[in-house]
Amino acid sequence: MRPVIYVLSFLAVLGLGFWAYRAHYDTREALRDVSALNTEIAGLREALALQRAEWAYLNRPDRLRELASLNFDRLGLLPLEPTQFGDAANLSYPPAEEMFGRIDNSVMVIGEQTAEEDPL
Amino acid sequence: MIRTPLRPLARILRARAIGENPDIIERENLRLRHEQMRDAARARAEVRLLILGVAFFVAFSTIGARMGTLAATEPSEPRASASGAEILAQRADITDRNGRILATNMLTHALYAHPKDLVDPARVARDLAGIFPEMNAEDLTRRFTDGRSFMWLRKVLSPEQMQAVHDIGDPGLLFGPREMRIYPNGQLAAHVLGGASFGAEGVHSAEVIGTAGVERAMDARLRDPGQAGTPLELSIDLTVQATVEEVLAAGMSMMNAKGAAAIIMDVRTGEIVSMASLPAFDPNNRPNPVLPKDGEPGDSPLFNRAVQGVYELGSTFKIFAVAQAMELGLVTPDSMVDANAPMQWGKFRIKEFQGKNYGPLLSVTDVIVKSSNVGTAKMALRIGGLRQQAFLKSLGMFEATPVELIEAPGAKPLLPPKWSDIVTITTSYGHGMSASPLHLVTAYATIANGGITVKPTLLKQTAPRPGTRVMREEVADAAVSMLRQVVTRGTASLAEVPGYEVAGKTGTADKPKRTGGYYKDKVINTFASVFPASDPRYAVLVTLDEPVETSGTEPRRTAGWTAVPVAAEITRRIAPLLGLRPVVEAAPFDGLTAVHN
Repeated sequence: MRPVIYVLSFLAVLGLGFWAYRAHYDTREALRDVSALNTEIAGLREALALQRAEWAYLNRPDRLRELASLNFDRLGLLPLEPTQFGDAANLSYPPAEEMFGRIDNSVMVIGEQTAEEDPL
Repeated sequence: MIRTPLRPLARILRARAIGENPDIIERENLRLRHEQMRDAARARAEVRLLILGVAFFVAFSTIGARMGTLAATEPSEPRASASGAEILAQRADITDRNGRILATNMLTHALYAHPKDLVDPARVARDLAGIFPEMNAEDLTRRFTDGRSFMWLRKVLSPEQMQAVHDIGDPGLLFGPREMRIYPNGQLAAHVLGGASFGAEGVHSAEVIGTAGVERAMDARLRDPGQAGTPLELSIDLTVQATVEEVLAAGMSMMNAKGAAAIIMDVRTGEIVSMASLPAFDPNNRPNPVLPKDGEPGDSPLFNRAVQGVYELGSTFKIFAVAQAMELGLVTPDSMVDANAPMQWGKFRIKEFQGKNYGPLLSVTDVIVKSSNVGTAKMALRIGGLRQQAFLKSLGMFEATPVELIEAPGAKPLLPPKWSDIVTITTSYGHGMSASPLHLVTAYATIANGGITVKPTLLKQTAPRPGTRVMREEVADAAVSMLRQVVTRGTASLAEVPGYEVAGKTGTADKPKRTGGYYKDKVINTFASVFPASDPRYAVLVTLDEPVETSGTEPRRTAGWTAVPVAAEITRRIAPLLGLRPVVEAAPFDGLTAVHN
C-alpha cells in the first residue's frame, strides 16, 4: 500500500509542479497583455484628449461666428433674438381629420401616408 | 530484528543450578532492552530534529532572501490593475458650466541638447536657427562649444518642428515629453482662466503651475492626482461669454473707450455666468507684465478690470442709501425728501449733474430716477455714518471679493481713513470710496435676490448657498422697482430691452488724477442692472473706461449715453441664450412659417 501512496504523491508533486509552471507562464503572458493594453489605452486616451482639444478649438465661438457669416448665403444664421421665442399655441396644427383623412384600419393609414405624402 | 527473550531458558537453568536468582537475569535483560529502545528513539528524534531544523532554515532563508530582494530592487507599479486617466493627465481640465472645454492639456516635447555628444555643433546651430526664428546660430555655436554638458533649447515644440529637429539627425539633440496647457478658445475668458506655465522642469517631465486667475487660485485642486480625471466646472457659460466679449468689444470701440468690463451674475446663486475685461490677452501666450514707465496698472491687458479695477463707481451707489433708508423706516418710496440744490455742507458744495436743481422736494423714487445727489446726501445724513458703514459692510463693500481668482484678495476697496459726515454724503452717491465692479454687481445681486446676500463665485453651483438677510423683501422689491423706473422714465432709457424689464442705475464718475483732484474729461461709466424686474434672475454690469460718445453735436460722457446702450445690447443678446423668454406677446405672425404644407 505504501509504495502506491509514494508513487501517487510523487506523481501529484510532478503534476502540481507542471501546473505551477504553466500558471506562472500564463500569468506572465497575461501581465504582458495587460501592459500592452495599458499602453494602448494610454495612447487612445491621449488621442481622445487631443481630439477633445481639437474639437474645442474647431468649435471656438470666434471661428463659428466667422463661419456663420461666411456661409450666410447658404445657412442664413443670425444671433438668437428674443423675438424667436414662440408659443405652442401659435403653431398651426392642421385638424386631425384633415391630416390623416378618415381612418378605417391601421394598414390603410400606413399605406396612404407613405405613398402620398409625409405628414411631417 | 531478533527479539532476545527476557528469560532465556539456558541461562535460567544454569543460574538455578548454581543457586542464583533467575529474576536478576530477567531484570538485566529488561534493562538492556530498555536501553536499546531508548537509543533507537533518540536516534530517530535526532533525525527528526535535523529535518525540522533544515526545513526551518530553508523557510526562513527563503523569506529573508525575498525580503532582501524586495528591499533592494526598484519599486514598480502593480501591473495587474488597469490604469485610469489620472496617470496620463497631471492637471485637470477646466470646463464651462455646460462641460465645454476652456483649458486642457496636450502632450508635446521639449528640446534639450547634450553638447558633448554633438557631432557637428556648428551645423546643428545653423540648422536650429533655420527652424526656430528666435535662435541665433553664432550664439548657439558658442554655447555648444563652451564645455557644458547639458542645455535646454526649447520648452515646447510643435510636431512639425520636432520632425524638423529629427531631420537634423544629430545624436546630441534630445527630446523630453512635456504636458502643455492649452486654451482652445484663445482670448475668450482670458482673465478668468489666467494662464499656466512650467514650474520645476526635468528631462522626463515638468510640472505645470497656474500663473494667474482660476488656474492659480485653484492650483491645488487642479493638481490633485485624485481629482485629475474630473474637470473643474466653472460657472462661466461659453456662449454667453463669447457674446458678451463680442458686444463689449464693439461697444468699447464705438464709445472710444480705452477699456471695458462686464459681469453677468446669477442673482440667486452668485454664479458669475460671464466676466469680461478688455483689452484682453491670449492665455496660450501670456504676455509679460511689463508696463510703460508712467503707465497705470490698468493699461496692461493682464489687468482684470472687473475684479482688480477699484474705482469710484458714482451714482450706482445711490440705491444703497435709499434701500437702507427704507429698511430703517426713515422713508417710503413715495416720501418727499429735500433735494434743493446746491447743498452746502461746511466748505463743500454738493451739486447736481450740470448744476440742475430737482428740488425743492422730490419723492424718494424720483431721487433715484433723476439721480439726485442732494436728495441721496440728505437721506444718508439721516441714516448716519455708522449705520451706513455697517450696511455697506453687510453688502460686502468693505472687503475683497471672495471670488476664486488669485487677483481677488489683492483688490480691496479703497476706504477713506476717517468716516466724517462729508464722507457719508459723498459715499451715498458713489464718491469717496472705491470698489470693484464685482463688488457692485454682487451688491445689486443681493438686492435682486430679495435682500439676501449672495457670494460671488466662479464655480458651478447646484443650489443657492445660504446667505444672510440684509434688508426686508419688500424693501428689496421697492428698490428693484425704483431701478426699473430709472429705465422706463429716467437716466437709463436706452437700457430698455423689450420683454426683459431691465432695472438698473447709471453711474458716471470722474477719474481721479494721480496728483490729486479729478480729470474734467476722463470718466468711468458704469451701468449696473438686474433683469427681469418682476422676478430678477441675472445682474448685468457694464463699465467703460474713458468713453466718449461722439454722434451728437458735442461729446457725451454720461453713462446713459455710453455704458447703457452697450449693456442693453448685451442683455438683448444673452437673455435668450440664458433661456429666458421675453414677457411680451410673441412676434407678429410670419405668414410663411405659419402655413402648413
